[in-house]
Amino acid sequence: MEDTVKYILELKNVSVSYSPGKQAVDNVSAGIQPHTVTAIMGPSGCGKSTLLRAVNRLHELYRDIRTTGEILLKGESVFRMNPMQVRRLAGMVFQRPNPFPTMSVYGNVLAGYKLNNISLSQAEKDGIVERSLRSVNLWDEVKDSLNKKGTFLSGGQQQRLCIARTLALKPELLLMDEPTSALDPISTARIEELILELKKQVTILIVTHNMSQAARISDQSMFMYLGELVEFGPTKQMFTKPRDKRTEDYLTGAFG
Amino acid sequence: MKDRIFRATLFLAAGLIVLLTAGIVYGLVSQSMDALTHFGPLHFITSPAWDSRSDDYGALSFIAGTLLTAVLALAFCIPFSFSASLFNGEYFRGRKIATVVGSIVDLLAGVPSIVFGLWGFYTLRPLLAGAGGQGFGILLASIVLAIMIIPYASSLSAEFIAMTPSELKEGAYSLGATRMEVVRYVSLPVAGSGILASYMLAFGRALGETMAVTMLIGNTNNLPHGLTDTGNTMASIIANQFGEAGGLKLSSLMAIGLLLFLLTATINFLSKYILKCVTLSKS
Amino acid sequence: MRHTLEVLNQDTSQPCDRSQRYNPTDRKVTTQQIVMLRPGRSQRYDPTGRNATTQQVVTLRPGKPQRYDSSRNSRRIKDRLFFYLVCCCTFLTLIPLFLILWELIQKGYRQFNLGLFTQVAPTSMEAMLARISGDALPGGILNGITGTLLILFVAILAAIPLGIWVGIYLAEKGERPLARLVRNLADLLQGIPSIVTGIIVYIWVVRPMGGYSALAGSVALAVMMLPMVIRSTEESLKMLPASLKEAGLSLGGSYASVMLRVLLPSAFSGLFTGSLIAISRVMGETAPLLVTALGAAAINWDLSRPTSSVSLLIWEFYNDPNLAPLVWSSSLLLLLIILCINLSAKSIATKWKTQ
Repeated sequence: MEDTVKYILELKNVSVSYSPGKQAVDNVSAGIQPHTVTAIMGPSGCGKSTLLRAVNRLHELYRDIRTTGEILLKGESVFRMNPMQVRRLAGMVFQRPNPFPTMSVYGNVLAGYKLNNISLSQAEKDGIVERSLRSVNLWDEVKDSLNKKGTFLSGGQQQRLCIARTLALKPELLLMDEPTSALDPISTARIEELILELKKQVTILIVTHNMSQAARISDQSMFMYLGELVEFGPTKQMFTKPRDKRTEDYLTGAFG
Repeated sequence: MKDRIFRATLFLAAGLIVLLTAGIVYGLVSQSMDALTHFGPLHFITSPAWDSRSDDYGALSFIAGTLLTAVLALAFCIPFSFSASLFNGEYFRGRKIATVVGSIVDLLAGVPSIVFGLWGFYTLRPLLAGAGGQGFGILLASIVLAIMIIPYASSLSAEFIAMTPSELKEGAYSLGATRMEVVRYVSLPVAGSGILASYMLAFGRALGETMAVTMLIGNTNNLPHGLTDTGNTMASIIANQFGEAGGLKLSSLMAIGLLLFLLTATINFLSKYILKCVTLSKS
Repeated sequence: MRHTLEVLNQDTSQPCDRSQRYNPTDRKVTTQQIVMLRPGRSQRYDPTGRNATTQQVVTLRPGKPQRYDSSRNSRRIKDRLFFYLVCCCTFLTLIPLFLILWELIQKGYRQFNLGLFTQVAPTSMEAMLARISGDALPGGILNGITGTLLILFVAILAAIPLGIWVGIYLAEKGERPLARLVRNLADLLQGIPSIVTGIIVYIWVVRPMGGYSALAGSVALAVMMLPMVIRSTEESLKMLPASLKEAGLSLGGSYASVMLRVLLPSAFSGLFTGSLIAISRVMGETAPLLVTALGAAAINWDLSRPTSSVSLLIWEFYNDPNLAPLVWSSSLLLLLIILCINLSAKSIATKWKTQ
């Protein structure tokens, strides 16, 4: 028991297959400590996103995708929890910013509460919106246009709005699927700063194909190749002294 | 739990569609059984008789009238709808004028059948009447039908023509082809099946049109012998005689309805099948 | 390949401008290149160009685009002529709509007055007396307007929610056998001629109820609207990015609330336009109402009794020479309403798309 509580997220022999016999993620085991940033790296198609989406059970939306193994969130198996509860505990930020097009900035931040049928008083709502937007450094930029549609913001602002929307539900774990790949360098830098700040509140698992980004923001890194978790360890060590030949090749640009 | 209920209602709604269609087919079949067993299905289709006094009914005249008007309508409509689809999908693709023209052509689809009938009766019929007779007949009906189906044929085929990859067209241009040659040797072969499918859909429309045809075809229960001859289509005979029909006659009308249903369904499925093949190979 | 050769023959027979730096033999090759999309193979055009012989491509010489040959070239003249023909025929297709509108306005404006909206249809006798004295016909089409509203309202109430629900099912369960079946059935329903829908409703509703009724008319129109609503719902839901649904679910929303609060509102513009078009299409329907709602001389709000509609009144006026003048004003009204609905649906679609 001691062992499991140490980790906020623990993967035990997780495999995901899109069609029978084809493993997109192959037997991955890892433990993630709270309040850390973990980067998942690897060439495209290596199963990074697939692994991430296994955590909040998004694969269940599609037929033919099978997930096996055990995923423990705060020591409890996600497969035995209600999927909605899992997804509230493990918020997700997507590759492209996707604020809900019919909702205002204000509504987008509160979307999680609305979708979960949680009713709030006006004061609570205002508090949550302000707190969430402040925590992603967006409040000063949008406080005068809270009633505008979220889709009117710039790409970087939209992505921060999406992070705020996730944080509003107070998740324990933040899953980020290449959150900066659709953004310009300045917006990317702001999101990276934000990730380092958010570490105090949540544990972050971020998929990235950008090695320098992983080096800048993560405490520990996973390197995946062809569905297999090749190496998992402190980022510094991985970048200076990779244990596996394949990691070294990837980091030195031999493939990818 | 709430999700379960939600999914169950979705499933129920889908089931309702199946039930509805089953009800339609069952209703038509059961009601036309009388006539079909009395005359025999084959005889019913091949007999040109339609006589209330001797209670002898056959569908041949109406099948002939339907096919004749629909084929003629399709033939009349092709030059115009094809031009419109080239205009919108090739020559002026993406330009403002194409949107305007497209919208006007689409509006034509919104004009109620009965208004087309009125217009055909009061405006077109006198023009045709000069040739002798009152102007009613197969020709008048098919001209109006042709106008009615233009939007169905043209808007879909314009989309297919517009979908021709521009690299192909540019390739042809850079080899010295004129625009017409590009249309003929590049766009048409690529968009061909899609265009075919949209014309079949339009044909299906023409088969089932009721009011306009009823008002213009002359409503005589004979085999039409020429373009200016009067006749009846399957749809128009039902519209005309359903009100006062009973017994074997009613059942015969139902049988005609069943035949019409089968005919349009076949045409529609063929065209949808072609469309499916086209879109599958495109993506 | 026969087409290709035709072009060839035409070409070689034409005087060829040397300054254009190409010769007919090259064109032969190039045209074949283009016509790798041979008629008959059109469905399976292959972008990799595997069917083209690469050796031939090598012999291609870079030349100026020949699109606007300056030479007196009959190909060019033909091209121009074809273009003018296309424009001409396109112009001709636009004419009927305006001719129809013009005719309705010209003949209908005299009767297009307040009475049209406030009075019920006159009897044949009243109309005859007015005609003899040379007055405008008394009466209007109020009973038709109320009837259309009643029949249409009930039809909308039945068809749109059900259609949206089925559309959601199709968008979500796209590849299941039942979904495929339902999709094909929706196509089948869409193709049913309106008069056939009418007689089916006659069998299933009019006969069991013991008489013609507004309800039967509504059922007929609902059956006609259903497939259109189903398909437009499915299409507009499918156009949404998958990440929208995933984002909603990863906020912990239940499937139902994500669908109802995120996806449906996002697809609203498509849904709304689709429904408007569906309404406008069935609004002018006459044939199915003839055998279901039948028509009535007075205003009727009772669903279980025969009811008139604007289109049924037009049919009545058309068949009665005394009432003929009213045909034009009522048709004008019907057409204007339908065109307005169509136009606004279109502008809504483009406006919301650009947002």
